[in-house]
Amino acid sequence: MYAKSQKIAWAFFASCLGLFALQLVYGFILGFDRMGLDGLHDWIPFNTARATHTNLLVVWMLAGFMGSAYYIIPRESERELWSIKLAWIQWASLLLVGVVAVIGYHFNYWEGRKFLEIPRPLDYLVVVNVLAFLLNILMTIWTGRTKSTTAMVLFFGLLMAALLYLPGMYTFDNIVHDSYFRWWVVHLWVEGVWELIMGAILSFLLIKLTGIDREVIEKWLYIIVGFTFLSGILGTGHHYYYTGAPGYWLMVGGIFSALEPLAFLGMAMYAIVMARRGGRNHPNKVALQWTIGCAVMSFVGAGFLGFAHTLPSVNMWTHGTLVTAMHGHMAFWGAYAMLILAMITYAMPEMTGRKLFKGWMPEWAFWLTNIGMVAMTGAFAVMGIAQVYMERKAGMDFLEVQESLEVHALGLVCAAALFTVGVIFFIKNFIAYGMPQDDVSESSEG
Amino acid sequence: MLTKSAAKAFFLGGTALCSIAFVLLTMDTLKQMPDRSNQDQMSESVVRGHHIWNQNNCMGCHTIMGEGAYYAPELTKVMERRSHEWIAEFLKDPERMYPGRRKMTKYAMFDPEEVGAEVAAGNVADVVAFFTWVGEIDLNGFPAEPDMSFGANASTTSLIDTTADTSLATAPEYFKTICMSCHSVGLQGGNVGPALDGVADRYEPDYLSKWVSDPQSIKPDTTMPNFGLKGEQLEEILTFLATLTEKE
Repeated sequence: MYAKSQKIAWAFFASCLGLFALQLVYGFILGFDRMGLDGLHDWIPFNTARATHTNLLVVWMLAGFMGSAYYIIPRESERELWSIKLAWIQWASLLLVGVVAVIGYHFNYWEGRKFLEIPRPLDYLVVVNVLAFLLNILMTIWTGRTKSTTAMVLFFGLLMAALLYLPGMYTFDNIVHDSYFRWWVVHLWVEGVWELIMGAILSFLLIKLTGIDREVIEKWLYIIVGFTFLSGILGTGHHYYYTGAPGYWLMVGGIFSALEPLAFLGMAMYAIVMARRGGRNHPNKVALQWTIGCAVMSFVGAGFLGFAHTLPSVNMWTHGTLVTAMHGHMAFWGAYAMLILAMITYAMPEMTGRKLFKGWMPEWAFWLTNIGMVAMTGAFAVMGIAQVYMERKAGMDFLEVQESLEVHALGLVCAAALFTVGVIFFIKNFIAYGMPQDDVSESSEG
Repeated sequence: MLTKSAAKAFFLGGTALCSIAFVLLTMDTLKQMPDRSNQDQMSESVVRGHHIWNQNNCMGCHTIMGEGAYYAPELTKVMERRSHEWIAEFLKDPERMYPGRRKMTKYAMFDPEEVGAEVAAGNVADVVAFFTWVGEIDLNGFPAEPDMSFGANASTTSLIDTTADTSLATAPEYFKTICMSCHSVGLQGGNVGPALDGVADRYEPDYLSKWVSDPQSIKPDTTMPNFGLKGEQLEEILTFLATLTEKE
């Protein structure tokens, strides 16, 4: 371990996994609701469980990105973190905001705007929190010995993510207006600046795990994030087809979002090619597995399955159906969840000095989660496509269609159970590593 | 071979160009928005309805303009399917309307017994105003009309013009707006429950009275809601039902 302050990352990773586990609990509530087993309805109705499920995802991913940044930035800048104390305060306040928000959802305290349910007063806390985080990162880079491209792309991604949170804090009386800017946050995050963060973290992992020359990796990093923005910014248009925006968005959104898979394909090929070319035989094979897996699954989930319903003529029928849930689950899993799990898998042996990446448990964590997620995506696909044909194309009654899909919700819950076993293995492995140590010697990598 | 600085230029240049294009398109969109959404008809009641929609996270189950959670019906065009009265009756106690089926939270603000008739009616009117306004927004054709004939008549309910038919001339308002969203008379109305033509020939008045006021007391697993009808309103409906005989 290069800098002692990197170990703050452990606190973020631990919270990350805790919130992830809680997210799964709420996922099961939603799955059982869809099976018709809604016994919890009086205490946790579907909209509460749903808001909790998605917001926990956002919070644990932000915690994961922040933890990754606290790990990567001191290493790339070759110095200690600017302020460890600020990082701890920031960690505690992030958790506080997340937990208060989630509890509030159980008492009808929210803004009912999909993904941005956090109520206004807490929004301000989020802003203060993120500013503290960015200040810490910026000062570390600023006063560091080197300013690497990876660090700069990561910082730029985090900064843009913070700025793009702002349009979502305004609410408009006109729902068209409201929806338009809500997507500035949601879309430009996950199909824009979060991909910068993803590109930077992937680059860091590839540099460390494959030993490929930094110049080569970082050159391709620019190309890939270039493609991401080229397609992703105007690709926002695929949310504007049928939400009251002018008709030209059908063409603009259609063309540019059809290019989005290329950025993800580029990311996947880049990871695979770099891993193959890499001369170094890094002992932490499972970290490389997560890294490559992330690049590949993000292409399948975000790129391919996103493309599956992004064309306006298809989206006319699939918009507002479970087809979206099919794409959403694998996209977030592939692009961001696997990325953070890759980072944790890489960082834990480095921070604790224990090499627990061998053996069956980390291996099975990888395979069970991925097989489970593929199966869940399949279940959502069956439900979504059936819904499109029965409800939208044939005009059958909504509830009747939903009741006929309950059997597939059982499939979904079974797949989710498999996924959960994988996550439990991952968390058990994480716990087995124990706390980070101060006097860990550098591993074989540089 | 591509250099790192060329790659960087590609990234920065591409991002800048796309961002500029995006901002310009956004400006144009904002300019067209008031017209496309009939903003001049966005009354205070509509805004209050939107507020109720947000405050209670309705899109955490429903979708509107296709956005939401796919757990409850899409509501963009709900006013084409349901009347104001039906929505008022439904929101009073959603589970009563669909016993034993997927649940919706019962919100006190729509229940006259909880907040008083005036407040409840006001809240319903706001939500209805919001839905009516949303239904008129230019959504580039969304949602598309079903274009497959298969099963097209499977228990869809549609709002029908009940004023034209003379056999319904004496029907109470409640019967036309609530009962007929599931039952039909003279081929008008819904087809969730059985047609009511000739119902007076088939059942005794006492039985009908018991059935209408408390269906579950006769058939515990029936999906017919218990609307808690009593007094004058119940009498009105029973009087009308008694006129439904099949006389050729």
